[in-house]
Amino acid sequence: MSTLEIKDLQVQVNTEDGPKEILKGVTLTINDGETHAIMGPNGSGKSTLAYSIAGHPRYEVTGGSVTLDGEDVLAMSVDERARAGLFLAMQYPVEVPGVSVANFLRTAKTAIDGEAPKLRTWVKDVNAVLERMNLDPTFSQRSVNEGFSGGEKKRHEIAQLDLLDPKVAILDETDSGLDIDALKVVSEGVNRFRERDGKGVLLITHYTRILRYIKPDHVHVFVAGRVAESGGAELAEELEANGYERFLTAAV
Amino acid sequence: MTAEVLEGALEKVESHLHPEGSFDVDAHEVPTGREEIWRFTPLKRLRGIHADAPLAGTSFTASFDAPASVRADRLEDGSLKGVSGLVPWDRISARALAEAKSSLAVTIPAEAVLERPVFVTIRGTGTDEATAAHLVIRAEKFSKATVVLRFEGSMTLADNVEIVVEDGAQLAVVSIDDWADDAVHVGHRHVRVGRDAQFKHVDITFGGDVVRHDTTADYSGPGGAVEMLGLYFADAGQHIEHRLFGDHTAPKTKSHVVYKGALQGEKAHTVWIGNVLIRKVAEGIETYEENRNLVLTDGCQADSVPNLEIETGEIEGAGHASATARFDDEQLFYLRSRGISEKEAQRLVVHGFFNDLIRQIGVPELEESLAATVEAELAKNVLEGAQ
Ligand SMILES: Nc1ncnc2c1ncn2[C@@H]1O[C@H](COP(=O)(O)OP(=O)(O)O)[C@@H](O)[C@H]1O
Ligand SMILES: [Mg+2]
Repeated sequence: MSTLEIKDLQVQVNTEDGPKEILKGVTLTINDGETHAIMGPNGSGKSTLAYSIAGHPRYEVTGGSVTLDGEDVLAMSVDERARAGLFLAMQYPVEVPGVSVANFLRTAKTAIDGEAPKLRTWVKDVNAVLERMNLDPTFSQRSVNEGFSGGEKKRHEIAQLDLLDPKVAILDETDSGLDIDALKVVSEGVNRFRERDGKGVLLITHYTRILRYIKPDHVHVFVAGRVAESGGAELAEELEANGYERFLTAAV
Repeated sequence: MTAEVLEGALEKVESHLHPEGSFDVDAHEVPTGREEIWRFTPLKRLRGIHADAPLAGTSFTASFDAPASVRADRLEDGSLKGVSGLVPWDRISARALAEAKSSLAVTIPAEAVLERPVFVTIRGTGTDEATAAHLVIRAEKFSKATVVLRFEGSMTLADNVEIVVEDGAQLAVVSIDDWADDAVHVGHRHVRVGRDAQFKHVDITFGGDVVRHDTTADYSGPGGAVEMLGLYFADAGQHIEHRLFGDHTAPKTKSHVVYKGALQGEKAHTVWIGNVLIRKVAEGIETYEENRNLVLTDGCQADSVPNLEIETGEIEGAGHASATARFDDEQLFYLRSRGISEKEAQRLVVHGFFNDLIRQIGVPELEESLAATVEAELAKNVLEGAQ
């Protein structure tokens, strides 16, 4: 079971000119096994939503609630959220110089599971995942995200999704900056995850392109810190044809 | 080439990086702490070695382990003092050189390629009497070797290490200050790098109350290359100071310096002074120096001062970088968003910070044990004290 429930979420970010309100009441429920796509123009607050759910310290929740299977996510620390089953594939993954991918993955897996993975099967698992993501086996000796190409960063995020096996995955523009081959590899990775029992996905994207490979159950148009409209896959088609124009005018 | 010949071949440089040296102790006044070269050093904690405290202590054991081809001689006639071109430019160096009763000379014979490192270990057994020591390491022509100097235990030590890398030789000297908490070590190291010779200096400083290393390099011929890597970890109350001077005295020479340090706890203090002088004759040289400090808690101080003085316009490349930073919130967030606890995330970041450098040391026998020492230091400190 995995249900992520976001209710009337209000978030501000502290800037030099004082606090700035970004999320103005977001309500969204991702039920067991569902994939939701959130689409919206740049600056509409999509990453803010993703970071707020993951607990990034820069974002301050001023109202509303987030629960995962009834547990209060907002009361948890960043790492507790991850251990509770949340995963955020970041739009801009962060470099950690000197820490190898292998070390990082093993440390994360140990933290999530509460015990170290069995050495023999673990190495095999990691290699298999890297291969599926079209990443060279020597990849695991490189420093986390350091000198990775844009595509490698995103594939590395999805490799983590596969290995860490959360309940709910939030993918923040995992598709942007990918060429078509990488997009397919990444989409296959996400689809493999979705095939597992009861996994929720919140797929944040600017473009409709990825929705050809990952079929959402629900599509939400996100404008100016709010869900402007929700619907099925047909909503994505409308966006493909007409863009965000209609929603932007409505938001003003 | 002797010191005099080299000095004669070079123009006198009016450089604050290059104070006049002297073997005569009395030519060096007792420092007050106001002098440029002493202004960071807590003189009060030096137990008088900068003034007149006797340096005849014998509270240590020394051990030596080397392949059979390496010669080790103990000379008492003073003939090796200054053999690398070292002319003491501060009082502690002058005193240590004058008062060292003998010189230990380690010689790697010409064309010998050592299959394993030479280990010289100094283990202090008391801090009451200060000790002067003089070590000379000579890598003869076309030899290839690694020499590891280990400093352990409790001691008050003033030493000069003179290193001569003859033409075409490749020498790595790894110095590890793994002292007990109460040790004081003021060390001077001077290397003279021959034509087309390569010298790598790895300076690792963990323990001690006050550790100050002055490390200087010059070149007796063109084509020589120096790489200096440093790694230090200062805990509460510890003072670790590195003063480097790369003196490009010959054309087509290289110097590449990277020092990294972490600081943690009240009054942990590190100082890094990176001086590079590129003389008129030194056309076509390349130099780069970098110092990075990671400040893990409040109450620490990291001073970092790179200086580059260029007397010729004809250089291949010269650059420097210096940065002192705290934990990067984005890095910690990324790691924690994968379920890794805050402390474990901090430990990983510091591990990575040093690991980057450890991988460049290039002495496989040591990398593993150094990584383990760093881990132990981190376990002891970061896992406990860091907020
Ligand atoms: N740390 C920050 N400081 C100031 N403004 C921010 C910060 N983070 C986000 N914003 C602002 O919040 C709005 C939403 O940003 P973001 O969530 O990144 O949008 P999206 O991901 O949809 O492009 C933008 O106007 C952006 O400038
Ligand atoms: Mg974004």
